[in-house]
Amino acid sequence: MTGGGSLARRQKLSSVMSGTVAAASGLTVLPLALVLGYIVVNGAVGLNLDLITHLPAPVGEAGGGMANAFLGTLVLVALASAIALPVGILTGIYLSEFGQNAFADTLRFLTDVLTGVPSIVIGIVAYTLVVIPMQSFSALAGGVALAIIMVPTVTRTTEEALKRVPPTIREAALALGLHHWKTILLVVVPAGLGGIVTGVMLGIARIAGETAPLLFTAFGSRFWPTGLTGPIAAVPLQIFQYAIAPYQDWHRQAWAAALLLMLLVLGLNLVVRLATRTGFQREQA
Amino acid sequence: MITMYERLVQDVAPQIPAKTPAVDGSGLLVRNLSAYYGEFRAIQDISLDVQEHRVTALIGPSGCGKSTLIRCFNRLHEVARGARVEGQVRLQGIDLYGPGIDPVAVRRMVGMVFQRPNPFPTMSIFDNVAAGLRLNGLAGGSQLALTVESCLRQAALWDEVKDKLRQPAMALSGGQQQRLCIARALAVDPAVILMDEPCSALDPISTLRIEDLISELKQQLTIVIVTHNMQQAARVSDYTAFMMANESRAGEIVEFGATRTIFTNPSDSRTESYITGRFG
Amino acid sequence: MSFGLLLLLLIAVMLVEMVNESAVSFSRFGLGFLTSSTWDPQQRVFGALPFIYGTVVSSLIGLAIAAPVGMAAAIFIVELAPPWLGNAVSALVELLAAIPSVLLGLWGIFVMVPFLRARVEQPIIERLPNVPFLAGPAYGVGLLAGCLILAVMVIPTIVAISRDVMAVVPKDQREAMLALGATRWEATTWAVLPYARSGILGAVVLGLGRALGETMAVTMVIGNRSEIPASLFQPAYTMASVIANEFTEATYELYISALIEIGLVLFLVTTALNAAARLLVWRTARAAR
Repeated sequence: MTGGGSLARRQKLSSVMSGTVAAASGLTVLPLALVLGYIVVNGAVGLNLDLITHLPAPVGEAGGGMANAFLGTLVLVALASAIALPVGILTGIYLSEFGQNAFADTLRFLTDVLTGVPSIVIGIVAYTLVVIPMQSFSALAGGVALAIIMVPTVTRTTEEALKRVPPTIREAALALGLHHWKTILLVVVPAGLGGIVTGVMLGIARIAGETAPLLFTAFGSRFWPTGLTGPIAAVPLQIFQYAIAPYQDWHRQAWAAALLLMLLVLGLNLVVRLATRTGFQREQA
Repeated sequence: MITMYERLVQDVAPQIPAKTPAVDGSGLLVRNLSAYYGEFRAIQDISLDVQEHRVTALIGPSGCGKSTLIRCFNRLHEVARGARVEGQVRLQGIDLYGPGIDPVAVRRMVGMVFQRPNPFPTMSIFDNVAAGLRLNGLAGGSQLALTVESCLRQAALWDEVKDKLRQPAMALSGGQQQRLCIARALAVDPAVILMDEPCSALDPISTLRIEDLISELKQQLTIVIVTHNMQQAARVSDYTAFMMANESRAGEIVEFGATRTIFTNPSDSRTESYITGRFG
Repeated sequence: MSFGLLLLLLIAVMLVEMVNESAVSFSRFGLGFLTSSTWDPQQRVFGALPFIYGTVVSSLIGLAIAAPVGMAAAIFIVELAPPWLGNAVSALVELLAAIPSVLLGLWGIFVMVPFLRARVEQPIIERLPNVPFLAGPAYGVGLLAGCLILAVMVIPTIVAISRDVMAVVPKDQREAMLALGATRWEATTWAVLPYARSGILGAVVLGLGRALGETMAVTMVIGNRSEIPASLFQPAYTMASVIANEFTEATYELYISALIEIGLVLFLVTTALNAAARLLVWRTARAAR
């Protein structure tokens, strides 16, 4: 590197760069403020109880709501969790307790790879695995897609939560004569439960907002779901479909639903953030 | 009764020249120096005459503020958040903490070698030594190469690296890396070099080589060395300051004088207790 | 442990299924699929070039905006800001990452796009009428909107990882540079950044991977026209967007197969990038230890 120049000039550069860097930080926070601001304002204005109590009105008519979408999101999240939690948590336990070998390393690596796969691609996979054999869009397909997205998050946070359990706890349990698996299930996992729960919450926050993988799995609907084997609406999906449509009232509903979705997602994130901070303090004491 | 330490020291202590009056040369005149981390005072009211062209050692138990003290000499202490300094440190008559004095300029005049060798890992041996020169725009082109060579020679490293100057600095051994750091510090032509336990991470042979180096270097500049190793202080330094933390955990100078005196005939009982190993 | 195998199995299955389904399209068009720019479902001719172009260009430009801004923010957080401010900025940036893509898209359509059209594109077209890639008309939606929304989505990744790799640079590296007489900025650029450079590069590559796969927000603002745009202000299309928009309208096997083949390409590219990025970040973490 080449430097030089008078000290005064170098100090000036240092000050200028400090200012620039601070400005850049402001720039990174600006979009957050803008997006949240508009969602809150536009969403609050258009919010009414009908949104969560009524079904969509016939196309072109104003009014109605998205009750089916809210129910749909609930169903899909529950379905995805039912699949992803056992797989993710157990894999996380395996990685944390038995994972000092090459197989485990490969597994970790692949889990990380899975996090990076675009969600639309995961949608395609769920399409080929579920929609094609079933010859129909379904809540099941949507749940499978969301589960695939959820698994890596849950796995990783479970592993990290369990790794943070002090070895002394494990040793104490083993010294008392507990078998390895019993130690894990009765002692280690409960100790790490806080971390696991926050991981689950993060996973839910993520999939609740996912749209792309649902486009051709759950597909969306304007009616109540007809069971797990038929198409089902979901809040982010509905927001997308309304936003790109030409109807003014649909836009209003989209903003209002966005506000509710935002509250859910950010709410979960904030809870997690606060929980991990107090948890950390407890561990240090 | 002569203790083991006294015998050891008598055998290897360097010849102390007659006490010279404090001159405003490259010595550091420290007056009423206190350093704080926020509200906590780490060193209290330190006054000291660091003689130029001599090696001054700072010894004392862990946590007594030795490192804090020397970091005040090159204004590195204040870089930490909430840290501040009160008092004076004069170099060549100029108070380094005076108004209008840029700490960046101070740090060129007062260099530092750290406890663990820390060459810049992304740079070659040559680039490490040249870093300070390039940074400050002190030399370029062929002058740069000449200065780098000169500094490596002064650090007694030239013969070992002259054929591999472009190789990464991390390829060197621990002792070599530390000598590289010394060469790097020398490159900007400082008046004083501070050494914070420079050999504590090194093997005995590397340690002795660096001690020899220190004895040679003092002909050109002033050296202040913090050390835990009392034999090292006795071997290498001309003057020694013994520090201890007082009741409020602030470091103070208990005793300061010629090394030979400190080790054979200390005035303060605490000094004697420390050097005879009654506490550490 | 068996669930671990399930994961392995899943990824294998994913790959196999997608290759399978792409087979029809691949056998019809071969590798020319990637270089042909004719996408005509009516004529049953499919070429993915416009989408590849749209994806690559919007991601690269988005990254070109996000990387410097993100790195600068990371420098601010780690080196300059007092801890409370650094933590606050970090937390806010992470909240940005948590916003669902469709909500950013919603904001994009109704807030960013009109703004771009009226306050950015129109004035530029009027002031610089003869610059080819800034040619009008000003739609608002288009390549530029896509680039900007991608930049917003990628910044949190860059900030978070750069911040983490810079924070683990040993203190005495910075101090050694300061001790040679460096200014604050010089200590950062001569000591900290070089030390952390692998990790920062990893952050950028991860950001690129994220940008390539981003679907909803981009679909909502990029205009969705299957031709290579001649100007920054013209509508464009990305691989993820075409899949999102046309999958449910693909009524015959070749159409679906072509779309799945695009998905396969997307999968392979993002996976390769992610693997490379993880390696880079992992390497810096190792070096710091």
